[in-house]
Amino acid sequence: MFAEKLKIAALATAAVVLMSGPALAQKKYDTGATDTEIKIGNTMPYSGPASAYGVIGKTEAAYFNKINAEGGINGRKITFISYDDAYSPPKAVEQTRKLVESDEVLLMFNPLGTPSNSAIQKYLNAKKVPQLFVATGASKWNDPKDFPWTMGWQPSYQSEAHIYAKYLLKEKPDAKIGVLFQNDDFGKDYLKGLKDGLGAKASLIMAEESYETSEPSIDNHIVKLKASGADVFISITTPKFAAQAIKKLAEMDWHPLHIVSNVSASVGGVIKPAGFENSQNILSAAYAKDGADSQWDNDPGMKKFYAFLKDYYPDGNRLDGSVVYGYGAAQTMVEVLKQCGDDLTRANVMKQAASLKGFAPDTLLPGITINTSATDFAPIKQLQMMRFKGEKWELFGDIINDELSN
Amino acid sequence: MTTAVEEVVTEAPAVEAVPKRAMTLGAGTSLVVLALLVLAPLAVKNFVIFQMTMLLIYGLAVMALNILTGGSGQFSLGQSAFYAVGAYTSAILMETYNVNYVLTLPISGIICFGVGFLFGLPALRLSGVYLALATFALATAMPQLLKLNFLEPWTGGVQGLVVTKPDAPFGLPMSQDMWLYYFTLAITIAIYVAAVNLLRSRSGRAFMAIRDNEIAASAMGVDVALYKTLAFGVSAGITGIAGSLGAIVVQFVAPDSYTITLAIQLFLGMVVGGVGWLPGSIVGAAFIIFVPNMAESVSKGLSGAVFGVLLFIVIYVVPHGARQIAIFGQQMVAKYRKR
Repeated sequence: MFAEKLKIAALATAAVVLMSGPALAQKKYDTGATDTEIKIGNTMPYSGPASAYGVIGKTEAAYFNKINAEGGINGRKITFISYDDAYSPPKAVEQTRKLVESDEVLLMFNPLGTPSNSAIQKYLNAKKVPQLFVATGASKWNDPKDFPWTMGWQPSYQSEAHIYAKYLLKEKPDAKIGVLFQNDDFGKDYLKGLKDGLGAKASLIMAEESYETSEPSIDNHIVKLKASGADVFISITTPKFAAQAIKKLAEMDWHPLHIVSNVSASVGGVIKPAGFENSQNILSAAYAKDGADSQWDNDPGMKKFYAFLKDYYPDGNRLDGSVVYGYGAAQTMVEVLKQCGDDLTRANVMKQAASLKGFAPDTLLPGITINTSATDFAPIKQLQMMRFKGEKWELFGDIINDELSN
Repeated sequence: MTTAVEEVVTEAPAVEAVPKRAMTLGAGTSLVVLALLVLAPLAVKNFVIFQMTMLLIYGLAVMALNILTGGSGQFSLGQSAFYAVGAYTSAILMETYNVNYVLTLPISGIICFGVGFLFGLPALRLSGVYLALATFALATAMPQLLKLNFLEPWTGGVQGLVVTKPDAPFGLPMSQDMWLYYFTLAITIAIYVAAVNLLRSRSGRAFMAIRDNEIAASAMGVDVALYKTLAFGVSAGITGIAGSLGAIVVQFVAPDSYTITLAIQLFLGMVVGGVGWLPGSIVGAAFIIFVPNMAESVSKGLSGAVFGVLLFIVIYVVPHGARQIAIFGQQMVAKYRKR
């Protein structure tokens, strides 16, 4: 009798071992991932001159809370560790090293700022830690050959500038372009994109004016641009200055073809403060929906976004473009981790991040999707032109793919 | 009358120009601190070694400011500019001209000494808050100067420069981080010893005479103009070397790394460490590196406010910074020994 029982027990054990054997073999982990947890690191400027962007980190933390509350990813909970780098590159290096070496995260997700990301790029690539979906629009993140562990997310500033160049060459081939740009990595990258896009006709740019973020007013730059005789005004500016420019143009009764960079296309942050009546017919391009725009109120994707804000991030301002941004980026991250399945090695994370096909986060414009491949590390490459009419942006034309960026 | 004067003169004891205790640590304490600094990296992770290296580097920069303010009594909110010049000198020499990183340090030091000395000349006409403002202008201007178009081929403009991290030489079996730590430690100790000796020398006494009373100093024959600019030069030179080390360790330089915030942090470090007390520099550096991290762990949204409260408490409870705590500790030990 006892022997019988023993036999059954042995058989049962054998069966369990046999059954679980292959399953165990499939589960592969690197530092930062276990059966129950995935650790994700991030740095954000919660303090310092760029602290307004800290909202992105808070939105992402809230989104990962939502995913955890709904059961996690393939049964694993996300631990999101986000530190303050105060927008200082040396601090970003310190915090990133802390995340990788002390907190032992699986990957770095969406660290913000071109200087900070430049500072940690070499380190992370040497350590073979994924630096995924960096929150900057510089074009240098799409370089899988030299930096196979770094990937961007949003369309690069250069891509966006190419699209305006293309539009101008087609609609206004004799344009006299005046450019106002911010004297930093953002402004300069953008200006280069514009010139590349115009190609042989770069001489259409007849006046360039740069300003520093420390200047209280940019009026004199605009007066100079008007005096140059330009009939196209391209405003490569951050929100505060974009709004100032719109107001100044109206004040001077100057009505050139006005293009505003996507960074400053927010209805809540720029257009409304500058005045709707001053903003008619301004052009821009977008890839994400604007939370302040009533045309998306019944959009299924945005309804999900609003529900998320209500349940998990009640402090979040739906008018703030950064909240929309953080939501979309976090959703992309979750999609990559879902695709990874039980193979949570750093190599597989990069492999899955580089094989996103037609993925559409809730907050992207209809028709715009995320696509990556082993040679294409620029997830979002599409934009659509839009014109400001009444109290909202009207999208027009096709969704434009930027071929120059590849 | 005459007898009274004579009495005063004879009664005044021969005071050591710089009381040793006032500027430095005792021999025993120094050895303990040194042993800790040498042995600690053997027991901790690479990341902590990196933090300790940054601690030494900021410590050097704070000490440089301490020589200027604590020594010669001149204010500077422009140390970040000298730090930036040093960092960029090293980065450009290493990346564009392939100069060995060790050689870039003295070059940075000399260039920054020159820059500081020259800046000291116009600064001579200013004192107190006016000097603070002039140096403040230098700090605000520096990031923009680094962005200038015609400098871009060297500075990399707004994108900055990536620096290659050196390996340990002679095939020593240690990580890059550990090697850089010991390298930085050796330089820090050398500069610390030199600084202590400088302040105890004739020049150091001249600095302090100027600090205490400029008119009296010049009446005693101190060349006020020369020593004031010299103090600026020495301070800038040391800051420049700290900047160079910072660039090598962080592996990256960009205009945004060297804003006015850095200058204010260094100033803060000096006050927290104790103005005029050189060993306090390292305590001040620890404050500016670790306290923001602590503040952040208390509250992310209010990290700035928490930091402010902590700083306020420090200034209120120990207005003379770490120096006050050290003196208190010393008195306690002395009391205990007497018993």
